[in-house]
Amino acid sequence: MIEARGLTRRYGNKVAVDDLSFSVRPGRVTGFLGPNGAGKSTTMRMILGLDRPTSGTVRVNGQAYHELDQPLRRIGALLDAKWVHPNRSARAHLRWLARTNRLPDRRVDEVLEAVGLAAVANRPAGGFSLGMSQRLGIATALLGDPEILMFDEPVNGLDPEGIRWIRGFMRDLAAQGRTVFVSSHLLSEMAQTAEDLVVIGRGKLISQCTTAEFIDNASESLVRVRTPQAEELRAALARADAEVRVEVETGALLVSGVTTQLVGEVAAAGGVVLHELAVERASLEQAFMRLTDDAVEYQTTALPAPELVTAGR
Amino acid sequence: MTLLAVERIKLFSTRSPWWCVVVAVGLTVGFTALMSGFANEQGTVTVGFTQFSYQFGLMVLMVMAVLAVTTEYRFGTIRTTFQTAPNRAAVLTAKALLVAVLAGVVALAAAFLSFWVSDLLATNSDLSLSGADAWRNVAGTGLVAFLAAVLSVAVGILLRQSAAAVTVVLVWPLLVEGLVSLIPRIGQDIQSWMPFVAAHHFLFGGQPDSAEAAMMMGMSDVPYGPWAGIAYFGAISVGLFVVAVITASRRDA
Ligand SMILES: Nc1ncnc2c1ncn2[C@@H]1O[C@H](COP(=O)(O)OP(=O)(O)OP(=O)(O)O)[C@@H](O)[C@H]1O
Ligand SMILES: [Mg+2]
Repeated sequence: MIEARGLTRRYGNKVAVDDLSFSVRPGRVTGFLGPNGAGKSTTMRMILGLDRPTSGTVRVNGQAYHELDQPLRRIGALLDAKWVHPNRSARAHLRWLARTNRLPDRRVDEVLEAVGLAAVANRPAGGFSLGMSQRLGIATALLGDPEILMFDEPVNGLDPEGIRWIRGFMRDLAAQGRTVFVSSHLLSEMAQTAEDLVVIGRGKLISQCTTAEFIDNASESLVRVRTPQAEELRAALARADAEVRVEVETGALLVSGVTTQLVGEVAAAGGVVLHELAVERASLEQAFMRLTDDAVEYQTTALPAPELVTAGR
Repeated sequence: MTLLAVERIKLFSTRSPWWCVVVAVGLTVGFTALMSGFANEQGTVTVGFTQFSYQFGLMVLMVMAVLAVTTEYRFGTIRTTFQTAPNRAAVLTAKALLVAVLAGVVALAAAFLSFWVSDLLATNSDLSLSGADAWRNVAGTGLVAFLAAVLSVAVGILLRQSAAAVTVVLVWPLLVEGLVSLIPRIGQDIQSWMPFVAAHHFLFGGQPDSAEAAMMMGMSDVPYGPWAGIAYFGAISVGLFVVAVITASRRDA
């Protein structure tokens, strides 16, 4: 369980994290989603007690991080895979880490095995590829066998094989009943791994909900209709309580909040000829960009699309 | 204890401290051997003479102490360290203690080796380790190195940057403390209160050739005794270390 209450962090004039409150529930993968510079890494550093909040608190299992006894056994984290001395071997790196929290040396070999680095354990970490470094970082996080795991953009820069491996790994960890908190700036990435989402933009909370809810909200589906009798159809749809907009360039109608079936039936009842009837789903990334673009303004309102004009009900 | 063991693993699982140890001992003993060899004919080799080269080793050990901290900042392992052990004061104290003990032991070994090598080479001089002054001179290098390492760790913590911190710990004792004496009127008084001058006085003060030793370092006479000198040096080292620990505990890792 990770709980942030009113977490705020300023760097000079810049507010990197702004009055952020959220909680990460145990036993599932929670995605921490926000565009570049949203404050994800800053928040994670504050969770680990590395950066000091300007105000507010964040607690891990009800305790401030610095109160945790042997923190590696409570929460494991991968914030930056490059935080390794390049001349130290993977094994030596894990050994000193294990020693800080009185973990047996045997545990070092177990995690090396688990992330598939056993064969290169004695090679200097400076020579590792990005994928291998990322695996070493994950081994670091797993070292204390903690209930909570936190990863900052773990798939960044990895090839498809590495991405698939990490996704599978996170799902396995959650399936073992652990709490997994993982950040990303891609909604499509989170859609594949996370059950819950904490979404932030410009340091502020945009929403905390399940991934399914977020996607339903974020990617409003539209029915696109082309007809020579646009005025008649629009009036008929408005009577059926559908929201209708006109696409400026083509003159097509975009109807939200209804199914194609309903539009077809309304058209048939009014004797309107249809040239096109199709579902149009805004891409996840577009929807997410619009949501986070201006965190404050769009926090509670629906999603206006800039190229559309609203034609009333 | 755990933290000391961890710092030991960290320090010795990279190669640079080993190099520093070898170079520190090699430089100190090597220069002493050269000097003793050439000075043999005059038969003027004294205990103080066998220890003049301690500065070479000391500089190398201070660089080692600085790097023990700054490489952790450079490679980000300091964050991992603070993550595994959130009590930063305890972590940094363990690190300083370990590095200081290592520096002290190495300096001590270099000092006795220097004496022994001189004894072998300077056959015309009657060298013997007798009297408190002589012992303080040889064994005292260990204490000076210990405290200098604490000081260097503090500088490393405060500056976090290898190049800057190494420059400070080299330029300060080698240049600044020597050059302040050039300030008209007050220069010599200021110089007597420079930390490394005080440490130097602890080693060489009170010996028959101390005036000569002081001259070699470009030093003026100081208004305190040898033990006051090391106490002063220690107070400055520990004081700076406390400031560094408080700073590190307050700022972002
Ligand atoms: N140490 C710092 N000093 C000054 N500004 C900082 C510092 N760390 C972060 N920031 C600023 O705070 C904001 C949030 O940064 P942060 O790295 O937390 O974002 P992020 O969500 O992790 O972004 P990304 O997806 O690019 O990793 C950014 O505007 C960044 O420039
Ligand atoms: Mg980041």
